[in-house]
Amino acid sequence: MATITEVKRETATLSNDEILRYSRHLIMPEVGMEGQQKLKAARVLCIGAGGLGSPLALYLGAAGVGTLGLVDFDVVDYTNLQRQIIHTTADVGRKKLDSAADKLKAINPFLNIRPFETRLSSENALEIFADFDIIADGTDNFPTRYLVNDACVLTGKPNVYGSIFRFEGQASVFATKEGPCYRCLYPEPPPPGLVPSCAEGGVLGILPGLVGVMQATEVIKLILGQGEPLIGRLLLIDALAMKFRELKLRKNPDCPVCGTHPTVTRLIDYNQFCGIRGEEAPVTSNVPEMQVEELKQKLDAGEDIFVLDVREPHEYQICNIGGHLIPLGDLPKRVHELDSSREIVAHCRSGVRSAKAVDFLRQTGFRKVRNLAGGILAWADRVDPKMPKY
Amino acid sequence: MAKIQIPTPLRQYTNKRESIEIKASTVGDALSGLLAKHPDLRRHLYTEDGKLRAFVNVYLNDEDIRYLQKEATTIKDSDNISIVPSIAGGARQ
Repeated sequence: MATITEVKRETATLSNDEILRYSRHLIMPEVGMEGQQKLKAARVLCIGAGGLGSPLALYLGAAGVGTLGLVDFDVVDYTNLQRQIIHTTADVGRKKLDSAADKLKAINPFLNIRPFETRLSSENALEIFADFDIIADGTDNFPTRYLVNDACVLTGKPNVYGSIFRFEGQASVFATKEGPCYRCLYPEPPPPGLVPSCAEGGVLGILPGLVGVMQATEVIKLILGQGEPLIGRLLLIDALAMKFRELKLRKNPDCPVCGTHPTVTRLIDYNQFCGIRGEEAPVTSNVPEMQVEELKQKLDAGEDIFVLDVREPHEYQICNIGGHLIPLGDLPKRVHELDSSREIVAHCRSGVRSAKAVDFLRQTGFRKVRNLAGGILAWADRVDPKMPKY
Repeated sequence: MAKIQIPTPLRQYTNKRESIEIKASTVGDALSGLLAKHPDLRRHLYTEDGKLRAFVNVYLNDEDIRYLQKEATTIKDSDNISIVPSIAGGARQ
């Protein structure tokens, strides 16, 4: 099995206050004074202060990792609080970096926190990584995943990886000298739209907790040089079944970035690599739209308009405007339920899925179908402020 | 019957089933059997020219079939086939 990648740093001395704080570590032979000094000397960069980054940073900070870098540009919102436990209700509207730094300093004033308020990019990644020993990837999109991986391979720093979807997680340690990298596992990203994101698919709040703590464990093991790191192994976590499975990963000699003849020798354009042109392409712009005010007016006037709701049944239970429910995925086989001679307005939560539905229906021959711009969220904002948003 | 484990993101194409038992002698046969039962899965597993997609890995027990005999890898009744697609969830970046 793979050998341990030890972070080699000159040891740092501990004050009496620190010795007391870390006493439960110090009396363990696997950590001890030497290990705690390694932790203090270590510099770990967490990409993202969200679901995975929350438990990761909290535990690394509490454990006494001396320098903790955080990269994030986002602001705390209410939908984050179900899982991003480093942030509190009072932090809504604050920068995640400020909120996270406050909690970390409150837990451990000996920490050196290095905030990077930026989106990690091909332009800044190598420079940011240069000051760190280990990179922990807690991002939620493919371009950044590949960017982090390639930058780790190019700078020779381990990539402690965790990823989540609904109630399933993956964890591994990539880009060590002897081990495989993320591209050995997945040479190419999925094309946009084929794999749903967390925002679309949802995520069980505890799952980033489980996976983020696993990442923190792997970071600490790498620093201490103890145990058997997740190098060359992909851990699959199914929280519903509470089953953990392990798959073997191999370093691919033909890997374009860490193989024997690499073709990727500097950072590339990862949005292009992942098939994303600029910001997510607005599908909505291609289909005819209706504003929520117009729909309200038509409904109030008793006009003949058919409201088609293409969300999932569990979303309908949260809130609805009385539309006929056909989830987007079922539309092709249930299209006979619709009358093409009637005026139809399709809606979903924010207008993306219903734009696809309108596009599909128009291709099928429906002419009087429009997309409700902004979806039920716009309805809640502009027509019915009592309607819950999700 | 070999068991094929379906990952969460693809269960919407298998009537929400987590695993499907298939009688087959190779990994490729098992996947064909799976697609015969659940044709909507096809575009998620295969490219238009019939190759397994690069972001979908197939494992026989804990081994990546790319390092065995790929889809020609023979299977036993007690084997577990896992489809492991890439997932990216975490923090918005």
